[in-house]
Amino acid sequence: MRVSAQIEIAAPPEDVWEFVVDPARQLHFMAGMTRWEVEGEQATGMGARYRTLMRVGSAEVGGLVEVVEWEEGCDLAWSSVTGVDQRGRWRLRARPDECTHVELRLAYGVAGAGLLGWIAEQVAAPTVRGHLRRSLQQLKRQVEHERLRRQAAQRRTARGAASGASASSSGS
Amino acid sequence: MSATATSRNGHSGNPVGDGSLRPDDEASPEAESQGSLPGRLLKAFTGQITSRVPPADLDERDPDYIRESLPGLWLLSSLYFRGEVRGLGNIPEEGPVLLVGNHSGGNLTPDTTVFTLAFSAYFGVERRFYQLAHNLVLSMPGLGFLRKFGTVAASPANAEKALRSGAAVLVYPGGDHEVHRPSWHSQRVDFAGRRGFIRLALEHDVPIVPVVSIGGQETALFLSRGESLSKLLGLDRLLRLKVLPISIALPWGINVGDFLGHIPLPAKITVEALPPIRLRDEFGPEPDVDEAYEHILRIMQETLDALAAERRLPLIG
Repeated sequence: MRVSAQIEIAAPPEDVWEFVVDPARQLHFMAGMTRWEVEGEQATGMGARYRTLMRVGSAEVGGLVEVVEWEEGCDLAWSSVTGVDQRGRWRLRARPDECTHVELRLAYGVAGAGLLGWIAEQVAAPTVRGHLRRSLQQLKRQVEHERLRRQAAQRRTARGAASGASASSSGS
Repeated sequence: MSATATSRNGHSGNPVGDGSLRPDDEASPEAESQGSLPGRLLKAFTGQITSRVPPADLDERDPDYIRESLPGLWLLSSLYFRGEVRGLGNIPEEGPVLLVGNHSGGNLTPDTTVFTLAFSAYFGVERRFYQLAHNLVLSMPGLGFLRKFGTVAASPANAEKALRSGAAVLVYPGGDHEVHRPSWHSQRVDFAGRRGFIRLALEHDVPIVPVVSIGGQETALFLSRGESLSKLLGLDRLLRLKVLPISIALPWGINVGDFLGHIPLPAKITVEALPPIRLRDEFGPEPDVDEAYEHILRIMQETLDALAAERRLPLIG
């Protein structure tokens, strides 16, 4: 079963990328996620592994996943090593006016589970899709808030530099 | 016969266990049955039951089978029982651990189903996890698949074997006594004074994680354990069955014995795993078994009271 959600974020891809690759931020914006822990020494990049769990129905479902595709600022894909079969992908594409089109995909299932597996995938889909949508909304809010904060900090710094320069010129 | 004595097939000498790790401290039916015809018949019958109990082969647990069964269990747990499992993070990530639960729901125990799914999904099917069950359950035709889930006959020997393998072991000290308690006692943890799990945890120096559940006793109307009836029919001596439960359950109506199971009502099942208890850390190097037992029983009862206070309606939760 594959579900996906997409959103436009008013920030350049590098700003969004900073969020989606940071394991420490995952639980802050990923809805339904109860665990996202680095496994091993490598925290990010190709081959990084994470222990993940997402609450779906009566269980927290997930397992050990590994980053299998890493294209800086563009694409990040992971695949399950243990636990429920899953493959996820962040897809970031630049849009005009410093905007980013963000798509989050998740394919999941249990190989060999037969008809009950298929039914369970269908029943779980609305919940998983809802988690993905809320995750993107929270990501958008956090990225745009961070961008506004940085811009305000830059303006303050620029104002401070300008007033410092004018004060020194009037003093001279 | 000692508590840890094992027969040829690796089980305790009990013809039928009770899921409680209770020491085998009573005279065996075999000893009483020498000579007379009824005695020989009794011996033959109990021998038949014993032979049906599968040996405790921990290797029968099949992670691939469990993995492929998870979607079905998830459907049952999520849609039918609206299962909710909390506190799985309290269970140590690695190593042997004794999970001690209160038990509800008659011979079909939905709390075990809900917890097994949650445990397997949370820690992965790769983590060894065994559940101790009444011998009768394992010897019933059609329930052989339980062994693939890691269910083994309840006996001190099997519990020791599982813990030595580094597994998480789920025990229900209350066993048949607790699981068939009347529905109006559903908010009561009742281990019937069985303390075998404390001794087991001390012997292997493993932490105990209490697992408290509510809702299972609402899946039928349990009227009586039928202890007097069991005694009257001699089942306590014949099969070591202390109970012959009487309930009103689907599809039977009046259900005596619950040997064929029943269709459980869709009660909401809530399970909570509590922080681990390391007996020697909390009670000193030589813990008093009674004190530890009372402590564990009290915190489980307090948790059950809190879970009960959350419930607004029976079945609905």
